[in-house]
Amino acid sequence: MIYTLHVNGEWHRVDDDGQTPLLWVLRDALRLTGTKYGCGKAQCGACTVHLDGRPVRSCSVALADAAGAQIGTIEAVGGAEADAVTEAWVARGVPQCGFCQSGQVMSAVALLRSNPAPTDQDIDLAMSGNLCRCATYPRIRAGIHDAAAALGASRS
Amino acid sequence: MTTPPKPRFKLTRRKMILGGTLAGGALVVGYTATHPMQVAGAVLTAGGPAAEPGSFGPYISVAPDGWVLIVNPQQEMGQGIHAALAAMIAEEMDADWDRVRVVQAPVNFAHYGPQIAGGSNNVASHWDRLRQTGAAARSMFVDAAALRWQVLRRQLTVQDSVVAHPASGRSASFAELIADAAQQTPPQQPMLKQPGEYRLIGTDRVRRKDCRPKSTGRQIYTQDVHLSDMLVAVVAHPPRFGGQLAGFDDSDARKVAGVVDVFAIETGVAVVALNTFAAMQGRDALRLRWDDSAAETRSSPELASWYRDIAAGRVEEDAHSFEERGAIDQPQRGEVFETTFDFPWLAHAPMEPLDCVAQVDGWNVNIWSGSHNASVDQIHAALTARTIPGRINLTVLTAGGSFGRRGVAMSDYVVECVRIAQRTGGRPVKLIWTREDEMAGGYYRPMAHHRVKVVLGSDGYPADWRHHIVSQGLLPFGSNAQNSEGVAGSPYFATAATVDCRITSPSLPVPVSFWRSVGHSHTAMVMEHVIDQLARRAGRDPAEYRRVLYRAAAAERRVAVLDELCRRAGWNTPLEQGWARGMAVHECFGTIVGQVAEVRLDEDRPVVRRVVAVVDCGIAISPDQIAAQVEGSIGFGLSAALYGAVTLRDGIVQETNFDTYPLVRMNEMPAVETYIMPSTRPPTGMGEPAVPPIAPAVANALLALTGEPTRSLPFLTGRGATNADV
Repeated sequence: MIYTLHVNGEWHRVDDDGQTPLLWVLRDALRLTGTKYGCGKAQCGACTVHLDGRPVRSCSVALADAAGAQIGTIEAVGGAEADAVTEAWVARGVPQCGFCQSGQVMSAVALLRSNPAPTDQDIDLAMSGNLCRCATYPRIRAGIHDAAAALGASRS
Repeated sequence: MTTPPKPRFKLTRRKMILGGTLAGGALVVGYTATHPMQVAGAVLTAGGPAAEPGSFGPYISVAPDGWVLIVNPQQEMGQGIHAALAAMIAEEMDADWDRVRVVQAPVNFAHYGPQIAGGSNNVASHWDRLRQTGAAARSMFVDAAALRWQVLRRQLTVQDSVVAHPASGRSASFAELIADAAQQTPPQQPMLKQPGEYRLIGTDRVRRKDCRPKSTGRQIYTQDVHLSDMLVAVVAHPPRFGGQLAGFDDSDARKVAGVVDVFAIETGVAVVALNTFAAMQGRDALRLRWDDSAAETRSSPELASWYRDIAAGRVEEDAHSFEERGAIDQPQRGEVFETTFDFPWLAHAPMEPLDCVAQVDGWNVNIWSGSHNASVDQIHAALTARTIPGRINLTVLTAGGSFGRRGVAMSDYVVECVRIAQRTGGRPVKLIWTREDEMAGGYYRPMAHHRVKVVLGSDGYPADWRHHIVSQGLLPFGSNAQNSEGVAGSPYFATAATVDCRITSPSLPVPVSFWRSVGHSHTAMVMEHVIDQLARRAGRDPAEYRRVLYRAAAAERRVAVLDELCRRAGWNTPLEQGWARGMAVHECFGTIVGQVAEVRLDEDRPVVRRVVAVVDCGIAISPDQIAAQVEGSIGFGLSAALYGAVTLRDGIVQETNFDTYPLVRMNEMPAVETYIMPSTRPPTGMGEPAVPPIAPAVANALLALTGEPTRSLPFLTGRGATNADV
């Protein structure tokens, strides 16, 4: 069946089974490989994308359910929050292997868009769905605070 | 205390022959005499800047725009090796670090020797060679400037890729000197800096250079490789280790849209499709029959019980003695301390599940892989494809973690991918292992059991130490030294008149392998937790008790780490009610790491809020990346300590994803403070040595809180191999 997906501001026609996880449509059909496969059951967050602005695990969203929504991936995430997060990640030297970081960045950007001055507890709540096997968590936390400060709203 | 670094090998004229060649506007400095086309090919395959054939050497090139390109032989899997090795070259070269670019070398034995990573060895093993390479390049630029300006070499200075003659105010950049420098003869014994002269090494300028692509989704991993006409494969593996395929029905699998082919291979049944999801659906639709006559069908408690029987001498198994001192048939008299420890299998669980891309074209095989041990993968791929290693064109990609799994000695998933690619008529194949495939697929940190009996002297220190380890061997040869490291040669034996340490290596079909910090992942827990229990018996402070033993063993570096650790952690200062500190100090692959953890119990759950770490890794190349590895190692080690266990029920792995094999998440990660001991010793690695201390540090804090010792890991869940019947 043919579905119409709105990804990163562009419309795509995708001919696939409606039960196909959005993750594999993004990666294999649209070649947007910044979104990673890590577990396939919404346990690790490596596949986090924005669906109508909310962070979701694309491995657990069916193509049929994603059709018509505004989907944003790491390749096109933009705006002040995304810029601040990227710069903080580079300045802090957050990534190690880096494989989870697309998902971490997508979750962090969504957090800052809804909460410009997150507390440590807010960060725990928003980021605990994103595993990092290299355990870069202390730098992710510091990076979010840096980004919030750069956005002019830090309370920490 | 300073030991001058010993050169691993001397530079010879033949080896330096590439130095001084010039083509395409770039200076080349390298080692080996090889065909220029090979060299260029090597670099270009790795994605280096476009250049004329022959313009690049194996390690360094300077482009006409002044950028210094460093080709890094070893694989980046998160450990920061690219920055560390490049800094060695850039320091001696006095290159402008902000204009240094690092690229990954492909496999090339002639240029780089063995491209493997183990025992956190690559910083130590490249220290002399890469500094000499950088110093040789610097010398050629200095010669060029001296000639151009008709001045003496010693009147020249070099900084940030600029050669200057302060007396006359003249200066020239490396870029301006390339043509002249290329005419110079590289020195055979270039002068190396003394540690006090470093301007880059040891500073916060040495940061990793891959943060931007990794923070924007642009870093390409094996999972992301796309080639024209490429197929995707998944494999149905036997559900039990040692099981064999007895038969399969693929009629439904072939009906799945996108499935191209289904066939049996040595490791199971491969489903090849146009995309990943079709391959997975095709595999789900297979009907499979397995022959388990040679398979492991036991459960973890039964195996743990067998291990205990071996160590207790209740069943007869060969034991290898790895440390023996004194009259071991005449035990010392005194107070006896006895304990046992049980450790489960552990999966590596790198965030990027295993994957590989291969294309077989007759004798030529192209492979794209996040190869931890690229040289080993190349040889196994050649054996599989019945070709020679030189026909294996292996592009080494950044790995989304490995922790040992991508360095399995038999190159299991690379070989599997090549076997599939032999059956696709030349079309490239991307092999994808699901998370479940990876966790249930073996090559674990082995289960281990320790039995320790210590007789205490009248002074409260060990007089007699008996130790029996039971753990599967990691290699098909040798005496399983990987699983006794950390016990062998322990400073805690210093006061013992008799020492008797043995290891038994039982054989079973569950494949095991190297897991970040290898044997130290269990031996440190045993030694450090036993020491705290002995200190309590003796009525001594655990830090003071250690200090006495370290002094007796003349382990001065340990004493220094311990003293600094106590100072930084506020060891003797009070904590709030309900909190306790625990410490561990352990040497792993030449690096000593001490940690103090601050722990409380939330019902039965250890909560770790702060870890103070002190590191002696010799000369610190990148303080930032040393801290990163300490932070990451503590998170990695804490995940294993709290939750990590792969268990069997009737031979079937019970933990197959992060819901049953949990990792520490953001809300459980302690704050980590890292302090680095000043040192002028040659550097040792940091990828693994900060993993082992965290489990015993937490166990020792729990001992202080509750008085109860830990006898098995993980702390939490009843799923642990060995918790079931303890």
